[in-house]
Amino acid sequence: MKNLSAFGAGLVFGIGLWLSGMANPKKVLDFLDVTGDWDPSLLLVMAGAVAVTLVSFRKIIARKKLDFEIRRVDLPLIAGAALFGIGWGIGGYCPGPAVTALAGMSSATLVFVCAMIVGGILARIPASTRWGA
Amino acid sequence: MNNFTPLSALAGGVLIGLASVWLLAANGRIAGISGILHGLFAQPPGDRVWRIAFLAGLLAAGFLWSFFFPASNNDSGLGAMALAGLLVGYGTRLSGGCTSGHGVCGLGRLSLRSLVAVVVFMAAGMAAVFVVRHVL
Repeated sequence: MKNLSAFGAGLVFGIGLWLSGMANPKKVLDFLDVTGDWDPSLLLVMAGAVAVTLVSFRKIIARKKLDFEIRRVDLPLIAGAALFGIGWGIGGYCPGPAVTALAGMSSATLVFVCAMIVGGILARIPASTRWGA
Repeated sequence: MNNFTPLSALAGGVLIGLASVWLLAANGRIAGISGILHGLFAQPPGDRVWRIAFLAGLLAAGFLWSFFFPASNNDSGLGAMALAGLLVGYGTRLSGGCTSGHGVCGLGRLSLRSLVAVVVFMAAGMAAVFVVRHVL
């Protein structure tokens, strides 16, 4: 049952990505291109999604007594977000759109997703052992 | 702003929000795609099945959508895509979230960390596009 709901949530999430234009790298890059022919659509994607989570998330978290790890604003958060943003601006994909765009069977998307998995594995290896030190 | 599509953007965003609420209410999980994906390859493996089910749903949406609306092929250079993917994978793992985890879900629960992450990755993305499109 839990796996069925996870599949359903993924399906609806993915349809939302396609409908909104997030799964189209050109649309994402046009949004990030504030000095060019700017396309503000993705602001509305975020606004629509956050409007829904804002009215419900805290209630669900309280009712289900979920406990999410609370971490402070630190250097890894800022450095990681900056690196992610640069990659997003180069490729036009963030993780969700990249996964659902795999359905298009293009080698560019496949290369991006494989590299993304490798990047995540590299980030987990402690710095002291990363270069064989 | 010739390419502004407010209605489909807003409707798609609402679907993304509803899907995130669904996963939280039914599974007690945050719909952060980078976290779900990275968790598949984490040691120890832990609970992989729901992650695979969610990602399979995402992928199924892609096939379903392309059945009705054929997407244009992504013909970006493979070197650039490899670099972009590495940065996205490394960065999201380091900061603990992406557009969905920090953006849709983190902002929804009023997390300061997530707000900082969203501002930083949006600014970095805009800077990268400026360099790629207008400087290089």
